[in-house]
Amino acid sequence: MSTSLPLTDEAPLALRWPAVWWSGLLAAAAWALAAYVTHHFPDQSEIVEWTQTGNFAVAQALVAAAFLLLAFTARLIPPLFRRVQGLGPWFVALGLFLAAWQAVTAKFSLLPMPFFVPPQQLIEVYQDDWVRLGESVLASLWLLARGYALGAGIGFLVGLGLGWSPRFGYWAHPVMRLVGPLPATAWLPLAFFLFPSSASASTFLIALATGFPVAVLTWSGVASVNPDFYDVARTLGAKQRFLVLKVAVPAALPHVFVGLFMGLGASFAVLVVAEMLGVRAGLGWYLSWAQGWAAYGNMYAALLVMALMCSGLITLLFKLRDRLLSWQKGVVKW
Amino acid sequence: MVSAATLERPASALPAGSALDLRHVSHAYQLKGEPLPVLDDVSLTAAPGEFVALLGPSGCGKSTLLRLVAGLEPPARGELFVDGAPVTGPDPSRVVVFQDPTLYPWRTVWRNAALGLEARGLLKSQRGRVDAALTLVGLDGFASAYPHQLSGGMAQRAALARALVNEPRLLILDEPLGKLDSLTRIAMQGELVRLWQRQNFTTLLVTHDVEEALLLATRVVVFSPRPARIRAEVPVDLPYPRHRDDPRLVELRREVLALLGVGDATG
Ligand SMILES: Nc1ncnc2c1ncn2[C@@H]1O[C@H](COP(=O)(O)OP(=O)(O)OP(=O)(O)O)[C@@H](O)[C@H]1O
Ligand SMILES: [Mg+2]
Repeated sequence: MSTSLPLTDEAPLALRWPAVWWSGLLAAAAWALAAYVTHHFPDQSEIVEWTQTGNFAVAQALVAAAFLLLAFTARLIPPLFRRVQGLGPWFVALGLFLAAWQAVTAKFSLLPMPFFVPPQQLIEVYQDDWVRLGESVLASLWLLARGYALGAGIGFLVGLGLGWSPRFGYWAHPVMRLVGPLPATAWLPLAFFLFPSSASASTFLIALATGFPVAVLTWSGVASVNPDFYDVARTLGAKQRFLVLKVAVPAALPHVFVGLFMGLGASFAVLVVAEMLGVRAGLGWYLSWAQGWAAYGNMYAALLVMALMCSGLITLLFKLRDRLLSWQKGVVKW
Repeated sequence: MVSAATLERPASALPAGSALDLRHVSHAYQLKGEPLPVLDDVSLTAAPGEFVALLGPSGCGKSTLLRLVAGLEPPARGELFVDGAPVTGPDPSRVVVFQDPTLYPWRTVWRNAALGLEARGLLKSQRGRVDAALTLVGLDGFASAYPHQLSGGMAQRAALARALVNEPRLLILDEPLGKLDSLTRIAMQGELVRLWQRQNFTTLLVTHDVEEALLLATRVVVFSPRPARIRAEVPVDLPYPRHRDDPRLVELRREVLALLGVGDATG
């Protein structure tokens, strides 16, 4: 942007050569340390042999080399530099974390061994078992998608009905008050017994967990719409349908998204429990399977994948919200 | 370039303004279980094309009267007729500009102004009217802005544009210029008179500003404190454009202020 201030980061090269990205240099050092720890000390492998220790050391060394290169070149490529600049401290911390993790597990066994695994074991898991992990992710996603879509859709309609129609509210409100706060997992034994398959039972449970917060927040959203908004539309010739679809729904949308967010969190919990207890697929099932075989590496690997999946889905929801609610001031960034 | 002329109705249309007839209208609200009388036996008529200003102390019931005329609420007692037909509900020929702009925050200025056409399914064929109305109120550069990006006065003008798009036969204005700075206000007063003269709709204007009422209206109705009764009707027999230092207008101003009970304060 500014070309007139000679003392900023983007000062003319001639004044500041060599232009070093200092935290990049530190990151290179941290990753080199991690590579060194991995390579130099022997694995304490009384219980397990790790086949990937050597490769992992090389990989870390390569990352260190890449940071070294970046440290001296990133500033020359402003678009690249803008991207990596803010992340510098994290790159350093990550390298140090890997070095420490390596040391306390594989190298010096400071943490009880079969329960805490070194990073190279996760790599082994991903290498050997990626097919089954991938299938588990797909199974979980598919189950979640069905249950969440069903719950969000029905919850939204119920909330709209509660907020709009006193007659619907007369019947739905007491039922919701009684049944809604019950954790969906409490239905688990009954659901597996009543539904023809564990998949349909879990879909129902996830829908239940999602539907309640979505319904309550849609309802409160519709109920809190400024009544003047309806007056304006009515004097301009709007009919009932327009008032619902073009006034109540968009006005309630910020609340609806809070409900969708809470529902997504609740649906994760039910998903994992349902998969651990009844469904014979998915990441929850993978976790309990790994536990059964004392395959701790697989557990960490699956947990990491699950964290990425859940975080990714929430990011997706926030992206959608940012698009639909761009008219709002000060929306929270995820 | 869209001109404001697009907003003018074709020569062959119905008589432009509605006739208004309020007969012994009384109204009350429930406040903590007690009835709160707001309007007390108000009888008022307006001929087609007339510009009637309503003046009264704050909280006396002016906005309530406008709500009844708009058809947003039925009166507790009495009857309201527009063009001889009883008012049973809102109708797009009677458009209200509310005291608050109440723009929809999720719609751009353009889409707010388009609200009436959209609600009646006319938007596709009459998009030009929206542009014309925005040009008229001086917001054509802000068509794609959101309400939170507008100043108070701009929001008021957007609300005015939203009303004008619908070619009202009765324009109901509840302090529409209340939030404008004095310069914009003077300009908008002129615009309002020109628009009214061109389209000849009947206008009902609530204002706190005695001078504004006298500058714009053909007749000024003065209300008592709540519950509102009509205290006096003052015809303003002055040609347009009017000037605030016109001796006749100054005289009328003193008269109306006296009716409002503040005659002495301004000497
Ligand atoms: N929905 C309502 N419920 C109960 N009371 C109401 C309601 N709306 C208005 N009122 C009361 O009716 C009275 C008249 O209100 P209104 O808004 O008509 O006054 P106004 O003359 O427009 O005042 P202002 O000039 O300050 O806008 C007030 O005392 C107010 O408290
Ligand atoms: Mg008012």
